[in-house]
Amino acid sequence: MDTIAAISTPIGQGGIGIIRISGPKSLDIIKRIFKSKQAKYTPNTIVLGKIYDNEELIDEVLVSYFKAPFSYTGEDVIEVNSHGGTLVVQRILEIILNNGAKLAEPGEFTKRAFLNGKLDLSQAEAVIDLINSKTKSENDNSIKQLDGILGDKIRNIKKDIIDVLVDLEANVDYPEYDIEEISREKVIKQISKSLSDLEQLSHSFEEGKVLKNGINTAIIGKPNVGKSSILNRFLKEERAIVTDVAGTTRDTIEEAIIHNGILINFIDTAGIHETTDIVEEIGVEKSKKAIEDSDLVLVVLDNSSKLSKEDEELIDLVKDKKRIIVLNKIDKQEKISAEFRDLFKNDEIVMISAKENCGIEELLDMITINYINNKVSGKTDIVITNIRHKDAIDKTILSLNNVLNAAKSGVPLDMISIDIQNSISFLGEILGDNVSEDIINGIFSKFCLGK
Amino acid sequence: MFHVKHSKKEGEKMIYNAGEYDVIVIGAGHAGCEAALASSRLGMKTCLFTINMDTVANMPCNPHIGGTSKGHLVKEIDALGGEMGKNIDKTFVQMKMLNVSKGPAVYSLRAQADRKKYSAEMKHTLELQDNLDIKQAEVIKYNLDENRIKSVITKTGGEYFCKCVILCSGTYLKGKIFIGETSFESGPDGVFPANQLSNSLHEIGIETRRFKTGTPARINRRSIDFSKMEIQPGDDRIEHFSFENDIKEEKDQMPCYLTYTNEKTHDIIRKNIHRSPLYGGEIVGVGPRYCPSIEDKVMRFKDKERHQIFVEPLGDNTEEMYIQGMSSSLPEDVQIALYRTVPGLENCEFTRPAYAIEYDCIDSTNLKLSLEYKDIDGLFFAGQVNGSSGYEEAAAQGLIAGINAAMKIKGKSPLILDRSEAYIGVLIDDLVTKGTNEPYRMMTSRAEYRLLLRQDNADRRLTPKGYQIGLISDDRYNKFIQKYDRIDNEINRVKQTNIKPNEETNSLLRKYNTTEISNGVKLSDLIKRTELDYEKLAPIDKDRPSLSELESEEVNIEIKYEGYIKLQQEQIDAFKKLEEKKLPIDINYEDISGIRIEARQKLNKFKPESIGQASRISGISPADISVLLIYLHEKEKSKND
Repeated sequence: MDTIAAISTPIGQGGIGIIRISGPKSLDIIKRIFKSKQAKYTPNTIVLGKIYDNEELIDEVLVSYFKAPFSYTGEDVIEVNSHGGTLVVQRILEIILNNGAKLAEPGEFTKRAFLNGKLDLSQAEAVIDLINSKTKSENDNSIKQLDGILGDKIRNIKKDIIDVLVDLEANVDYPEYDIEEISREKVIKQISKSLSDLEQLSHSFEEGKVLKNGINTAIIGKPNVGKSSILNRFLKEERAIVTDVAGTTRDTIEEAIIHNGILINFIDTAGIHETTDIVEEIGVEKSKKAIEDSDLVLVVLDNSSKLSKEDEELIDLVKDKKRIIVLNKIDKQEKISAEFRDLFKNDEIVMISAKENCGIEELLDMITINYINNKVSGKTDIVITNIRHKDAIDKTILSLNNVLNAAKSGVPLDMISIDIQNSISFLGEILGDNVSEDIINGIFSKFCLGK
Repeated sequence: MFHVKHSKKEGEKMIYNAGEYDVIVIGAGHAGCEAALASSRLGMKTCLFTINMDTVANMPCNPHIGGTSKGHLVKEIDALGGEMGKNIDKTFVQMKMLNVSKGPAVYSLRAQADRKKYSAEMKHTLELQDNLDIKQAEVIKYNLDENRIKSVITKTGGEYFCKCVILCSGTYLKGKIFIGETSFESGPDGVFPANQLSNSLHEIGIETRRFKTGTPARINRRSIDFSKMEIQPGDDRIEHFSFENDIKEEKDQMPCYLTYTNEKTHDIIRKNIHRSPLYGGEIVGVGPRYCPSIEDKVMRFKDKERHQIFVEPLGDNTEEMYIQGMSSSLPEDVQIALYRTVPGLENCEFTRPAYAIEYDCIDSTNLKLSLEYKDIDGLFFAGQVNGSSGYEEAAAQGLIAGINAAMKIKGKSPLILDRSEAYIGVLIDDLVTKGTNEPYRMMTSRAEYRLLLRQDNADRRLTPKGYQIGLISDDRYNKFIQKYDRIDNEINRVKQTNIKPNEETNSLLRKYNTTEISNGVKLSDLIKRTELDYEKLAPIDKDRPSLSELESEEVNIEIKYEGYIKLQQEQIDAFKKLEEKKLPIDINYEDISGIRIEARQKLNKFKPESIGQASRISGISPADISVLLIYLHEKEKSKND
């Protein structure tokens, strides 16, 4: 049996993060990374100590040890209580994984508890009832989606695919009848359509994820354009929920706020805190990484100076990104050239003064509300937020790509039906209208929410 | 006076003790013949009853055997040691492989039969079979001992004691024929119906329902003008159904013909539709969607300008022709008029009119997968009485019922083929688990795993099982083993053989318009190219052993479609996981509170044999299945504790 680990508190909320490890190697792993004055691990006690990554100190934590079979899962369980923010907790998990644990699948702890006899049948049934009732009352997100537009969308796509299959099958079962033989071109055309529908859905997951995991936002701009002032204004405006843990990563400091109920992570903001003027160090090169990791880029420009070569280079870097143009220093006289408006005629432009605390609230609104309306529910009206749905859709896409390739390369059409059938059953997994061994895994995955 | 032992009076009739058998088979159609042969070949003392000795293995409808998916069934019957394949190989007048332009999974063999010869040949086979008696008699009653079958009684007063009964009554139970306003009690082809046995079924608590099917007219060949039709010959080189006839050969064959209906035909139907018992409401039985009468086709598909009509010979020494596509229950005068609108049939003379037939059948969901009735020990059902249609479907069930009656008497576990093993498995699982609301026809599209359920590998899938049961001889089994040794060795060799990029190779590749090679490649990779196959590459494959044509085709399929075969195997592995989770027969589903109430009732009625089967019952949800899985797990754990 593998040893598994996962963060068992919701990310981005609360001051404490708990990482749970379960399995035969739990104790070995913790011994390797955790140093404490108390040398012995006594079951059911809490030990204070420090987590190290090799020599590097990561965090001061509390570690609890539950010995098999007297633990939630029935296996050796270690729980690490960290007081650090999201980043620290994730870092600790990473270290644990690097030391031999496997990332737990959703619900895997509960599943192990069941398999190790920690839940009896009535409890297990209660779990299912709970899940069933939960799904009934859970009217806001994932399940409602299935009753609503997402379900309709998936059902429609499934129907389109079934239609192709029906045509193929009719030709197979009645070869001598004068029913219209489905052509390769028709198969390719219809499957391509379903494929593009599904790809759109799959991409929407990236956007749907934002709702849960936060909008990763990069602030870029040439030195002295006011990036750090803006960030500081943001942090003052809203409660900062992650404290700086300098040294936990070499050159990245993350800040996060919640605005309009949505988590905004400011990523790779190390550069912002730099006060030096050395463009080579903090300009283009450094920004590249931040841009890469971001969902959204705030491009900060200086209202009081002309567009420089660096500005243009940065703007060019983010031409394919979702971006908001932030014109700072509107308290000063406008010197930015007229062509600036032309350059960004398709962009959202927010005028602010970080110094005067003017326009900050509007900018945050723009990031959240505008982001959701425009980029999430506006362009792709259906959003996938459930990783299980995304997984099934991606498997469907894979199967349909096989169908397309085979159809194009001249494989007999009835062979193609194997992949078509697979794609239908993957979509069926989302709609819950076919049964596979995975169902039980799925149920326990959902239970993760309950405990 | 002759002396009669144990005679007793039942009602007005004297009943005499007519003897004792292991297995009694009622009905000598395609199901009954297979059932009786399987049972007797497995050493059971068997008696086969037929209402008429001259209609053994009769084909009262289409004069052909096989076709899409049905051809697979016949190959599977043969691979298990059944008779249908051998019998049609001896009596066909045309052989054709259908779907050859498609993938190998859906190639389907079909034979036009000499109907009389087929029947006579099968009858003779039955007569020559050890352990088997055939009797012309109508069985009118079952006797039970508690819930165990004890004996059957014939119309002429014989009581036959037995351990198992297999009912293969086809369309005979309360058979009723409709031709327009005329209707009368009858079995198919003018044979007597079986009117009393249904009542006996009701008496022992078995419900019946009415299904309907139909057949077109037969026409004297001399009254047909074939010059107005399209000729449809058989294959040049023919393949046989039985794996024991494993040589492809050329043979003289009889052709079929194709013609079409037209607006005039449709007009006559529309004007006379009120005279159809189907539309007038006289027929209550449910007919099949896939085999509609000509009036159904015209009324339901109004936009279609013409419908295909296939004209097929009934055999060598008869001038009767079968008019496929023209089944009807319209009155005889309307039939004649509408047939005569079809090109080539302008002057046609009927030998027999088209008719619809209604009959009693049972609800097949009351059967176990072994085809034994759930509540009555020793009573098996096979064929059309289970709600299926088609000779091949019937024969397949007959074979399985015959085997399982014998297995039961021998105290062995029944032969149950699952959906991943055989079309027969799909057929029986569909009937027993899903049930059917119309006469059930086998279709390729019903088989989820058809790439592995090919007609060419039916022997590989099933002959070992047939051998284990005892229906396959040592000799045949040894030949089978050698055949697949040759095939497997060749597959391995092909996968390991390197082809060098020389001029000889590349000129061959050029010939087939496929990319030339510049580095060495595996022979198997070349076979996988769509432009190439195993045969085409023979000139550059010097060490190739000599295989038979059919063996070479097998090698080609296994290599060429390796990727898809693997994919399908993965699907099967997932399927098997749930099939292998067996549900004990003694579960009281009412006790499992996590399952929804209606699902509990369904499960208690069905008593599914595995989680997989339970999941296919309509109305059982994935959540119910999850609870069942948990329940099973708990149960096993508490056993181990």
